[in-house]
Amino acid sequence: MTNISSLPARYERPSALSFLGYAAGILIFFWALNGAGFSLEKVLSSPPRFADFASRAFPPNLEPKVLERLGWKMVETLQIAFAGAAIGVILSLPVALLATRGLIFGSAVTTTTRTVLGFIRAVPDIAWALVFVVAVGLGPFAGVLAIMIDTVGFCGRFFADDMEAVDKGPSEGLTATGARRLDIAACATLPASAPAFVSTSLYALEKAVRSSTILGLVGAGGIGIELKVGFDLFDYPTAMTVILMIAVVVILIEALSTWARKKIIGEQR
Amino acid sequence: MTDLRTATPPLTEGTVQTGAQTSAPVPHALQDHDVSAQGVTKSFGKTEIFSDVSFRLVRGEAVALVGANGTGKSTLLRCILGLIPIDRGAVELLGQDVTHAKGAQLRGLRANTGLVAQKHNLVPRLSVLTNVIHGLLGQHSGPRYWSQSFAPEEARVAAMEALEKVGLAHLAARRADRLSGGQSQRVAIARALVSKPRLLIADEPCASLDPSAGEEIMAMFFDLVRSEGVTVVFTSHHIEHALTFGDRVLGLADGHLKLDATAASLAASDLRGLYD
Ligand SMILES: Nc1ncnc2c1ncn2[C@@H]1O[C@H](COP(=O)(O)OP(=O)(O)OP(=O)(O)O)[C@@H](O)[C@H]1O
Ligand SMILES: [Mg+2]
Repeated sequence: MTNISSLPARYERPSALSFLGYAAGILIFFWALNGAGFSLEKVLSSPPRFADFASRAFPPNLEPKVLERLGWKMVETLQIAFAGAAIGVILSLPVALLATRGLIFGSAVTTTTRTVLGFIRAVPDIAWALVFVVAVGLGPFAGVLAIMIDTVGFCGRFFADDMEAVDKGPSEGLTATGARRLDIAACATLPASAPAFVSTSLYALEKAVRSSTILGLVGAGGIGIELKVGFDLFDYPTAMTVILMIAVVVILIEALSTWARKKIIGEQR
Repeated sequence: MTDLRTATPPLTEGTVQTGAQTSAPVPHALQDHDVSAQGVTKSFGKTEIFSDVSFRLVRGEAVALVGANGTGKSTLLRCILGLIPIDRGAVELLGQDVTHAKGAQLRGLRANTGLVAQKHNLVPRLSVLTNVIHGLLGQHSGPRYWSQSFAPEEARVAAMEALEKVGLAHLAARRADRLSGGQSQRVAIARALVSKPRLLIADEPCASLDPSAGEEIMAMFFDLVRSEGVTVVFTSHHIEHALTFGDRVLGLADGHLKLDATAASLAASDLRGLYD
């Protein structure tokens, strides 16, 4: 019979320290609202102005010629996203091997790699696009490079986390045979991480599609340029069409990715 | 319970028994130890699992390691291969210090041993044949041994032979995670045997096997010991297995090695005492 007094309490009483933590959190929240120029007045006065924009933007511009032009821009956007994400995912595999703790390399290598990946993620995609526009000139290629490096920052880290999270049994089994670390990574860790990699890569693709729609704002190709031109020329109906197209495409891609994830992982598990 | 540990490791007894049952004498010197553990102590965090465990495994003998659940049998076997660090003591494997071995030396030692882990530790998404070929990674490194698709013909043949020994050749193409518990245990055994190890460490090799398959596997190990001079150490909760197939029995209880005696000198009741 279990000793009832050894049952753990259902809830733990917060310590004085965590109480201070909550209080600090609330203070920081108000401090942030203040610093960000949060104003109730503006919130209250914005609906009429928003309505004004909406009335000028509706109905969206659905002229066939405009739709065709935007459609091709959207295709280019998806090409940028897909090419950038695919190259990024492929480059991420070796990078992730460098970043996985306890797999092949020691902590010096993994920590350095993770720090570099953190830096890559810390720089916003639009900033990478600006850098590459300077480096390779205006156009979609700069966009591809920006998406690629953004994907490496994302997948390099999360592939490594995926590999750290897999069951250690199979790799111990191979360690016991006297296998080298690289062999163990290739034979046990990578196959076990494959479903997680698929899932992470699909997220990376979703993320790439979202990013690629705004790269045009800085001249790195894709449909973003149409959005900028629309607003610059006060051609709100066309801008509205662009926004709606982006929304539809992003939602479709997310649905497709969810479906693919289920299809690929669900059946293989 | 009484401490049945003999004062000195029963080298002669074990070997004499071995010699008595085979026509060909075992070709190794009496002092040849495949494993020698001296005062091994292991804790996980603050919990001490066992302390001051000392024993030796003579080449060419079959040793059963018994003890209740959680007494540290699997842990001890992992310590022998240097898979986890020990707190105190020393372990010699095939005549070399495992505790301080690194890199190529440690891999070399492990390449000469086969481990059948209690949890089988197969790579789930790969085929049975590929898993068995992985047993050769200690001898052959590199991409050719990563998958049966690229493996040299002799490796594929050796793996198929090992699978035939455990009666699973017909499942060679199946994915390892689509096997029954007993089937995956047999694949783990095939993977340990494919490299023809000098020392076989089998952690409850029969736990998931039906009684007749269990007998078969134990008889196969026994045969390896007798005909090829392989040293086998196995754990088992099967008292009869320990006494029938072990030349010697080691027993863990209460964090100590409480039993180290030849199987011939033991009765089932002696082993039952370990579980009190
Ligand atoms: N990695 C670990 N971290 C912490 N504790 C562990 C770890 N591995 C095992 N233990 C603990 O060490 C003790 C011994 O475990 P071990 O698996 O060696 O037992 P066992 O004798 O093989 O038992 P069984 O007969 O059930 O296989 C157990 O109490 C277990 O909870
Ligand atoms: Mg165990």
